[in-house]
This record gives sequence, structure tokens and C-alpha cells, in this order.
Amino acid sequence: MTEGIATPGAGWRRADGPPAQKRQKRRRRGGGRPGGEVAMVEEAEFTSYYGRPIIKPPVWKTPDVPLYLFLGGAAGSSSILAALADLTDRPALTRNSRYVSGGAAVASVVFLIHDLGRPERFLHMLRVIKPTSPLSIGSYILAPFSAAAGATAAVELLGWFPRLKRFGGVVAALFGGPLATYTGVLFSNTAVPSWHAAHKELPFVFGASGMAAGGGLTMALSPVEEAGPSRKMAVAGAAIELAAMHRVENEFGIVSEPYHEGKAGRLLRAAKSCTAAGAALTVVAGRRRAGAVVAGALLAAGSLLTRFGVFEAGMASARDPKYTVVPQRERLAARENGHAPSVTR
Amino acid sequence: MTSISSASPAFTGRDPDNRLFGPLPDVQGEAGYDGDHPARVGFFTDTSVCIGCKACEVACKEWNTLPMDDSHGVRDVIGLSGMSYDNTGQLGANSWRHVAFVEQTRTVDLPMPTFGRPGDDRQDSGRSVTDGPNDESLATAQQSVLNAEALSEFDPQTGQSGTDKQIRWLMSSDVCKHCTHAGCLDVCPTGALFRTEFGTVVVQGDICNGCGYCVPSCPYGVIEQRKDDGRVFKCTMCYDRLTDGLQPACATACPTQSIQFGNLDELQARADARLATLKAQGVETARLYGRDEDDGVGGAGAFFLLLDEPEVYGLPPDPVVTTRDLPAMWKAAGAAAAMIVGVAMSAVLGSRRPR
Repeated sequence: MTEGIATPGAGWRRADGPPAQKRQKRRRRGGGRPGGEVAMVEEAEFTSYYGRPIIKPPVWKTPDVPLYLFLGGAAGSSSILAALADLTDRPALTRNSRYVSGGAAVASVVFLIHDLGRPERFLHMLRVIKPTSPLSIGSYILAPFSAAAGATAAVELLGWFPRLKRFGGVVAALFGGPLATYTGVLFSNTAVPSWHAAHKELPFVFGASGMAAGGGLTMALSPVEEAGPSRKMAVAGAAIELAAMHRVENEFGIVSEPYHEGKAGRLLRAAKSCTAAGAALTVVAGRRRAGAVVAGALLAAGSLLTRFGVFEAGMASARDPKYTVVPQRERLAARENGHAPSVTR
Repeated sequence: MTSISSASPAFTGRDPDNRLFGPLPDVQGEAGYDGDHPARVGFFTDTSVCIGCKACEVACKEWNTLPMDDSHGVRDVIGLSGMSYDNTGQLGANSWRHVAFVEQTRTVDLPMPTFGRPGDDRQDSGRSVTDGPNDESLATAQQSVLNAEALSEFDPQTGQSGTDKQIRWLMSSDVCKHCTHAGCLDVCPTGALFRTEFGTVVVQGDICNGCGYCVPSCPYGVIEQRKDDGRVFKCTMCYDRLTDGLQPACATACPTQSIQFGNLDELQARADARLATLKAQGVETARLYGRDEDDGVGGAGAFFLLLDEPEVYGLPPDPVVTTRDLPAMWKAAGAAAAMIVGVAMSAVLGSRRPR
């Protein structure tokens, strides 16, 4: 084969092996997925610098960050539930939701601070406020939320200042929704291909996953006659989580791939099973004590596994230069052909 | 001096048009510097004259007292990458200049015979030079001494099929791009990263709390956390030297003027002229990278003249500052938060009151 000046790159190829290895060609693995789902991803040809990643994978630690996401989601949704249960006179559900919300809030702060490279400087997070930094906005959501939710739970536990409880609970509920969903922005506002591509979906995945976890945990802890709202929120959250996650896993061509493969794929398949089983069990047996406990545990486990799975998928997409180069090449090609790319990454 | 904001110009009210992406004619002014700030400076790295000597890497390490590490960023280890003459491997917390090294081949058609001397195949030559016994013995001697098959892998002169291989080395000194719209700067929650009066992007080590958010937010994979320290580090374009009127260490050390430092507009003009020269000389594959102010990062403060596709050098082909899509993300988060409240309310209202 003769390559002259007219071929792309004037025919130059990296000189380290037979031609087949010079352009790295990877075929996505066909097997290993239940249901025989066919991947709609064509094999990608791309060039890289010795296969090294182009972007740096996040330095966030696991399990700190996935746990933080899980706890933040559960705390946020259960704080809203607590405030509404309080206003509609459901004392046991109010109390348990406040415990879940306060405990998860305080624990999530601990995990977030532990993840810092310089934990003793965590207060630097509140030095400035920057709308372009989801972590800055998140700090201003988490700080008042954890203070209010933690204080409300403590007051509930100790039985002091009964009038302040309702106020604290409402303050926490105001920040609860943003706390559960801003983490989707936190992940997608990075150059990590599989997170950034799903930037319109991840807030819904995390918010819905938070509802499933919060609903599941409060349902498991509360008497069944008061836990109706928990059951409904848990089932709705699980359904939305499954639907949103289905989009993330299938709508984004090659950058959806990491959600199916390896560790992330295993975690997300387990997450789906737990969430679906938990939701089904809630409907069938949620009004029985044992059923509520098992279903709640399954929903919480599903939510936790979803966070770990999404985290791992992003890490995998950052480590492989394919996921950075191929979508950007597609974007360039689409621009040259004069039409907008179908997917913005 | 007015207050210097580390926020994107979009949120300081100084820029109504180019908010989170696009060209910014006065980066320092957008960041809050007075009109008399110095001109924006940058690097133009002309890889067509890079000889891969790594003087830039050494000068950078020495001036900035960067610790030793191997090609994967492991501290205090001498490690060979095992893939090329590049044992630095990547930009990172301890390597603020990285000389990429790529060895390439291509096959070219040469109208040459496989054996014999030039002119042998000419039909109109008076006396055939292959007639004599001397020449025949020479050819057999060559055959016996040289393993022609092995040599054809390396030596274009002994290629047997009429196709020949050419070899070239691409060398490029990579560095932080000091983007017009810098992802690291946009996402830093502490204000540790800031825009200097020279238009560069620098980390304040006494502010950084090691949250690590800037690391995956850089579309070029430049900034990195030093594991044992916890904070992040990257090229400062020798901020300390600039304030004293000196050039950055790498540009000072470069023996071939592959790394050129100067005012960005002058460098851009010089780069355009250099590209035109190379194109006129027939270097078809030469292209500027990071020069276009309409690209995804609003143009880079450190830009390059490359001889192949960016990804060959480990650079992203079409980087986009990640905050370009941030408004859509905040909208989605707001909608999702409203969804939670809505679901919770209907769950509460739709449930039978106990007792």
C-alpha cells in the first residue's frame, strides 16, 4: 500500500508496529449484556499519544464522593418529606424523616471534607461565591442545609425548642431539592466525556435517585399507616431514575459505552435490579412492616449503586482517550459538513 | 485597582455579549483590572523547529523547584516510559512543560530500481555498466553480506519493492494553554485560581484546599493534584519572573526558539507568518492549534504550530470549555429540584391521612 501526500496527515503513521496497530482500532464488546441488547455504536478509529488519556481523570476519592452523592440525595428528599409530613400532622414520619435527613446531611459533610486534599481548609469553600462553579454553589446549598437539617434532627432527638423544629425543618426543605440535584451539575460540568454529554439528564437521575433513597429509608423506618407519602415518593423516584438512566445509557453514542462496560456496567446493572425490585416490592408489600423494610433497603441500595456506577463510568471515560477524541472528531466533521452535530458533547 | 474577580466575566457584569465562551478582546479588563494593565502575554510553540532537547522541561523544573516524578506522575521515582524518548509522559503537577515525542513512518513511491547504480535503467545509455564481471561480483557480495530483507525495514536505499519508507520525528513542548475561557478558573470554588494582570491563569497555593474540581474540568488535562501535598499545581507562565520583567524559564532556555514568549497579538502575527512560510515550502500538514479565538476556549494564551493532527501529540482535537453548557445544566438542576418538591407534595396530598 502506498500512501502519498494526498492521504490524511500526508500518510504519516506512528512507527511502532504493523499497520493494524498504528491506528488504534477498538471494537466494543458485544456480549455480556442481558437481554441481548444491540449496541448502536459503530467501531471507532482514532489516534492518540501512546494511548494515554487526554484529560485527567477526577482525583475524587471513592467511596467518599459517591457516598456524598447518595447521602446528599437521601437527605434532600427526606427533608422535603419531613416538612410536608410535619404540616400535614404525621408525627412519626416527620420524626424519622428528620433523623434521616439530619444524619445523612452531617455524614455527607464529613465525606465531602474528607475528600479534600487539604481538609483543614474546608472553610475556604465559603471564601467566594461563583455561579460558574457548581462546587461553590453546592457549598452554599450544603452549608445552610446541613446546619438546618442537623439542628432539626438534634432538637427532635433531644426534645428541646419544639417551636424551632418546624422553622428548621422548613429551611432544610428549601435547600433539600437543590442539594439532591446540584450534584448532577457538579459531575457534568467537567470535561469527563460520559458525564458532560449527559448534562441535561444527570440532575434528574440524581434527584430521582435521591427520592427513591429518601422515600425508601423513611418508609422502612416509619409505621406503615403514616408512610404513604414515602411509598409514593419512593416509587415515583425509582421510576424516574430508571427512565432517566436509560436515556443516559443509550442516547449518547460512544460516550454511553462506559455505562455498560466493566465495573460501571456491573454496578449499574445491579443498581437497576435493586431499584426495580424495591419499587415493585413497595407496590406489592409496602403496607406490611417486613415488606416496607426490605423494599426500603433495596431502594436505598439501588440509589447507592447508581451513584457508584455513574462515578465509575465517568472515570472510565476519562481514562480512555477514545471517548475524548472520537466525539470531538465527529463534532469537527459535522461542522465541516455544515450541519450541527446530533449530540453536543 | 478595582477588585479582581475570579468569576467568569459573564457574572461580573462587564461582558454582556461573550459570556461563557467566545473571544474576549480584553481578558484582564474582563477580570477587573484597570485599563493600564500590561498586554496579554503568551507562548507560541513552533514545533517545526523543536529538537526535543527538553531544556524547557529542565529549566521549568529548576526555576519552579518541581519535584522529580516518573512518566505516570509517581513522586521520586526514576521511571522509563518504555515507549519512546519521552519519559516525562504527560503534563502534571510536577511537569509543567512536557516534550511529546512521536516517531512516524510513511511509505512513498520512489521511481528507483532496487539494485544497481543510478542510470542503470536508462535505455539510451551507450554502454551497459552491468556487463562487466566486476559489477556482478559486487552485487553478489552485497547479497551475501547484507540481509536485504532486514535492511529494507530501516534503509530506504535497499528497499526491494520500489516503495520506500520515510521516517520523521515529531517533537512538541506542551504547556498549560492559559485559555481565554479557562475551565479550571471557572470551576474553582475557593478563588485559588485567578487571572493575572498578564492574562495568564495561576493557582494561589495558600488558598487551594485541594477539592480537585479543576482537574477533570481542564479539557487539555493540564492541571493536577500533587498527591502527598493535596493541592493542585500547573504552569504559572513564571508569574514571578514576569513581574520582574523577565521571560519565562522555558522560553529563555529554548535553544531553537521553538518556544517563543511575548505579547499575544505579536505572537499571533508571527505564527500566521510562519504558517504561511511553511505552507509555501510545501509543508502541507502544518497547522496552528489554539490560535483561533472562535474555538471552544475562546483562543489559548499558549498556542502551537503542529505538523499533524492534535491528537497525535496528545492534544484534544476540538476542546470546549465545560462551562459553556452550564446554563443548560443549572436549568436542568432547577427543574429536577422542582420535580422533587412536586412529587413529594403530590405524594403527601395524595395519601390518606392517618387516623
